[in-house]
Amino acid sequence: MLNIDSVNKGLVIDHIQAGKAMQIYKYLNLDKMDCSVAIIKNAKSKKMGKKDIIKIEDKINLDLDVLGFIDPNITVNVIDNGEIIRKINLELPSAIENIVKCKNPRCITSIEQEIVNKFKLTDKEKKIYRCVYCDTAYEQN
Amino acid sequence: MLKGRSLIEPMDLSLEELDELLNLAGKIIENPAAYADVCKGKVLATLFYEPSTRTRLSFEAAMLRLGGSVMGFSSADSSSAAKGESVADTIRTIACYADIAAMRHPKEGAPMVAAMSTDMPVINGGDGGHQHPTQTLTDLLTIRTLKGRLDNFTIGLCGDLKFGRTVHSLIKALSRYENIKFVLISPEELRIPDYIREEILIKNKIEFKEVERLENVMDELDVLYMTRVQKERFFNEADYIRLKDSYILDAEKMENAKSDMIVLHPLPRVNEISTEIDSDPRAAYFKQAKYGMFVRMALIMELLGVEI
Repeated sequence: MLNIDSVNKGLVIDHIQAGKAMQIYKYLNLDKMDCSVAIIKNAKSKKMGKKDIIKIEDKINLDLDVLGFIDPNITVNVIDNGEIIRKINLELPSAIENIVKCKNPRCITSIEQEIVNKFKLTDKEKKIYRCVYCDTAYEQN
Repeated sequence: MLKGRSLIEPMDLSLEELDELLNLAGKIIENPAAYADVCKGKVLATLFYEPSTRTRLSFEAAMLRLGGSVMGFSSADSSSAAKGESVADTIRTIACYADIAAMRHPKEGAPMVAAMSTDMPVINGGDGGHQHPTQTLTDLLTIRTLKGRLDNFTIGLCGDLKFGRTVHSLIKALSRYENIKFVLISPEELRIPDYIREEILIKNKIEFKEVERLENVMDELDVLYMTRVQKERFFNEADYIRLKDSYILDAEKMENAKSDMIVLHPLPRVNEISTEIDSDPRAAYFKQAKYGMFVRMALIMELLGVEI
């Protein structure tokens, strides 16, 4: 088992679906961070078989909507003095802004770049988000 | 009260607001002269980024018959969009000159962007293949006036149900009323989109069936809503030849229809309704065009907050 130093003060993003860590790294702009960031891919998990984990050695303000949108099963552990002081369970956000773009070529957002890309959750069970302008469903892959 | 609001999609209106609007349209139909000056001094801007003679003239006729004035453009070439101006900037400028705007745009969501950028009421006059709420209001007013109700009937929607935005809007709007049954008549490849089937019909437990041939269901219908099936929408020539006559309404098919059924069509028609039907009292599509103007009169009045 690969060993990564424990986080003393910061955040651990756990239970990421295996293979999705880099997507989250990108969405959260972690490449622009100055602190230590560890990405663990395909870690063994009793619950999931294998999972990804991201450890961040700093207390940053995470956009929980982004994380919830990508995968509401993710958990975020807030660490202080090497201990978990808070566990945050995510949920699907009711709306998201400027996280993803509408892929409908007939949508007004396809020609006017400055418009805020907004999606709203229309079906919680099936996790369907629709563009507020054209109602096109966003396909997550 | 709808004063100051915009109309972007039919579901923007609650059932009560819709009733109020249709009631006002009914009063205008009864006595149009009483409303001839209610919008005197008000200006409607018709911002049509793509041509649509029928809808634009219906809006203009509505405003003129209320005593107001109209201005606007009827293609993107003759507007500042040709210079690359955004929809938001255009509407902010127009709001300096007009009291209310009707917009048609080839891109879906453009009227919503406009409405979000100004306090002036904006009416969606059709955005791409997306929404066309005033057509839906027209359809509802026509059904309510001619059938006397908006509940407890069976409606057949025939033709291109996949790309026909008027069909999608009408299904959504009627799904809010009691005991409406839908008979969806189309070739397999032009059936309603999955989201209409799942998120509207199935989710709200609305009775519906999907069939391929119009002639087999004529006697079940109280309302028949025809749309055009374009040859290029079919996946193959064989299916087109096999089914094309099924989507043309003629006197023979009308023989099996109820005596009080009404036939609607958003127009323009090409050949999907034989002209021999035009003299049939059940043919309501030209009345429908007239109701379209009346409902737009009511809508303009409500959004401007003017009263008799």
